[in-house]
Amino acid sequence: MSDNEQIGIRIVRRIQSVIHANTAELNAFDRPIGDGDHGTNLDRGFTAVLAKIESQSDQSLAAVFKTTAMTLISTVGGAAGPLYGTAFLRISTAIPELDGDHPRQVAAALTAALGGVQARGKATTGEKTMVDALAPAVEVSNAAVEEGADTVLVLERAATAARTGMEATIPMRATKGRASYLGERSIGHQDPGATSCYLIIQAVADVVRDGSTST
Amino acid sequence: MAVALVIVSHSQQVADGVRDIAEQMAGDQVVIRAAGGAADGSLGTNAEAIARAITEADQGDGVLILVDLGSAVLSTETALEMLGLDADRKVQLSNAPLVEGAVVAAVTASTGQTLEEVASAALDAKDMTKVVR
Repeated sequence: MSDNEQIGIRIVRRIQSVIHANTAELNAFDRPIGDGDHGTNLDRGFTAVLAKIESQSDQSLAAVFKTTAMTLISTVGGAAGPLYGTAFLRISTAIPELDGDHPRQVAAALTAALGGVQARGKATTGEKTMVDALAPAVEVSNAAVEEGADTVLVLERAATAARTGMEATIPMRATKGRASYLGERSIGHQDPGATSCYLIIQAVADVVRDGSTST
Repeated sequence: MAVALVIVSHSQQVADGVRDIAEQMAGDQVVIRAAGGAADGSLGTNAEAIARAITEADQGDGVLILVDLGSAVLSTETALEMLGLDADRKVQLSNAPLVEGAVVAAVTASTGQTLEEVASAALDAKDMTKVVR
């Protein structure tokens, strides 16, 4: 139970720190194809999330992810708020507690997150959105579970797939969100949503890897 | 009783202002709630505030939600999912232009028309002629 409590806040702390460190870069990715505030919005959101979670007594995984969702939904302001908020809300119901099968739970969480993002944003792959990072991570993580990979490997493969998916958004033409107003001019820029999505998955992978080597 | 309205904008001033304009047209027979800005008051939309506004506005005769653009739609859909109302036909998210739609919806609602009629009238505000040449 205490491992379970620890992991939630460690994940949130790492995400907040990574987003905070990359705020300027995320804004820079958002500037040519959006309104230039993706980093600032997410930094404000995850900073508020961390403060809330540090002060709440229930540190169970479900409670941590539910607080994350509700706080992102009310504080981010842009489209990333409801999108990531819905993703974390779905995760909190998909894996309310850790059971013995962590690799499968990681894949289930990523799958639930993708379902939430797609239900909300109605985007599919190839449209230059966070789905382009998240969908490959889901596919690869489920395949890794089938192959019998451990939790660290499942998350590392998911993060690598998300990174490749993120980089693949550069030549894409946006057809969803504000970037779609730019048409052809959206080509040649890396999508900020796919970038933050990769950063978040990589942050979770790093927390789990560090946790498994330190014990 | 009448259909209630919820006004959603990235800006609290815009949401409050559109509510004021619509209230002036509708008198006190139509409940109109505004949900604008992110939680810290910066520009943005806030699904929690929108959910609260929907709950407060709901008088039992249906709620029409009017939004500005972009994340206002996503945040409103998130609010409806949070309230378990995403499949509820008594609460509708309108594709109408915000100011024109809110005014037309308020006037139509004040005459006691149904949610379907109010929603349809608001949508027609898209084609409202403002400048006659």
